[in-house]
Amino acid sequence: MTIDSEKISPVQPIRSLRVENLEKQYVKGKPVLNNISFEVHGQSSVAIIGPSGTGKSTLIRCVNKLIPPTSGNVYISGENITKLTGKDLRHARRKIGMVFQEFNLVERLSVMENVLSGRLGYVSSWRAWLRKYPQQDIEKAFELLESIGLIDFYHQRADSLSGGQRQRVGIARAIMQEPHVLLADEPTSSLDPKTSVEIMELLIALSKAHQIPLLINIHDVELAKRFTTRVIGLSKGGIVFDDSPEKLTNNHLKEIYGGEEWLQ
Amino acid sequence: MTATPLPQKRAPFRINWWARAGWLAAIVYSVYAANYLDVSWSRFVDGIGNGAVFLGEMVPVDFSRWKLLIDRLVETIEIAIIASAFGIFFSLPIGLLAARNLMPYWITWPARTFIALCRSFHPVIFAILFVKAVGFGPLAGILTLIFASIGFIGKLFAEAIEEISLKPLEALRAAGAPFMSVIIYAVLPQVLNRFIGFSSYQLDANLRNSTMVGIVGAGGIGGTLFAAFQRFDYDFLAAILISIIALVMISEFISTQIKKVFQ
Repeated sequence: MTIDSEKISPVQPIRSLRVENLEKQYVKGKPVLNNISFEVHGQSSVAIIGPSGTGKSTLIRCVNKLIPPTSGNVYISGENITKLTGKDLRHARRKIGMVFQEFNLVERLSVMENVLSGRLGYVSSWRAWLRKYPQQDIEKAFELLESIGLIDFYHQRADSLSGGQRQRVGIARAIMQEPHVLLADEPTSSLDPKTSVEIMELLIALSKAHQIPLLINIHDVELAKRFTTRVIGLSKGGIVFDDSPEKLTNNHLKEIYGGEEWLQ
Repeated sequence: MTATPLPQKRAPFRINWWARAGWLAAIVYSVYAANYLDVSWSRFVDGIGNGAVFLGEMVPVDFSRWKLLIDRLVETIEIAIIASAFGIFFSLPIGLLAARNLMPYWITWPARTFIALCRSFHPVIFAILFVKAVGFGPLAGILTLIFASIGFIGKLFAEAIEEISLKPLEALRAAGAPFMSVIIYAVLPQVLNRFIGFSSYQLDANLRNSTMVGIVGAGGIGGTLFAAFQRFDYDFLAAILISIIALVMISEFISTQIKKVFQ
């Protein structure tokens, strides 16, 4: 897959995500996430790995405050969004693209409507109702659909597509936001191995083309090692590994996931 | 020949003695109530004789006052359509406010209470109340059916919204979409078809109910029906009944067509 970067977006100033001492407790005294700090900027791709229930999804949702963190700060390109509410929060969320495990498309709407829904943070509800998007958004949507190979499907309903195609639409929707950071919550877990690789390739390519830092929750360690430039290992709510994928050894994996019988 | 002993019988199902006792109690009570209310075979046979005389007086059907008939039918249809339009219009926001998956309890609670109030009375009781409140005529009928509509489809709308998938909502919220855009873009497409189904069903129900509210003076053909009945005008009564049947069948046909268009 080739992404023509110049066609899609001009080079932007460095985009970044900084998470500072993030903590989340659903029940008081039982933190799910504990003192999480890291920073991602430019065209880098970071995989978050860790066993189920260790707070990967919580972490990624704390970044855009779909789940409010208990304490700590999140900075998007330097702006602290932790204290924002209402309209300010909505405006901050426009800068955070998100891709979901189960695609989270509006099944009964067309592919085009789903892609353009990435712009809903920028248009009024009235215009959204009438589907009156600015022409440049529409052009951008067509270009994106072309680049991800779904141009022929733009008028079809989202539920007529295959899993891989739907995830592409989900990714296009996130890119439409022109985000400063792209979050992906298990983007390949509902897909077959071949499609998973294609989706990872697409995410990495778009991250590079648009200079958007990419944060991916993923439970497939091999896929993470193959595609990302950095791996953060999460265990029991804390970071136990944060380095390049080559440095990730079986000992680290043992520490992250526990046990060793599975490591063959 | 020696009989081989059968293995001990095992019951595959448990006997529910409570359910059996319940059925028995229901039968016993029905017999008792029928006795108490003097519902007997001889009473029924007497009734059949009466009915035959009544039916005999209905023929030949008298359509001579067709102008009055049409006039009243048109009023009936108007009541139904206006009440349906307003009923559906008000039910949309009320149903949304009553949906517990989107709204906090301090909003759903009053909305649900309001819907429950609308449901608590039969349309006839509402009609009596509104005739007292706003006087005789179609306005009382319209108000009656608006409230009846809210009580019915308001609840169905809320339930339809409660069954939607919240995943697309999460995605649009994450994209920074305003609340109304989330409703328009992620909720509405998931419920629109069902809303149209409920609405056309309610229009159908309102047409039937609007033939009835006239009996207590709230406009429509019901008033004419009641008057004909009281004047022993049974041949005209038959004409009215036939017209109502025709109206209901046509409305049923139309609502089926509406649903087909939006499938």
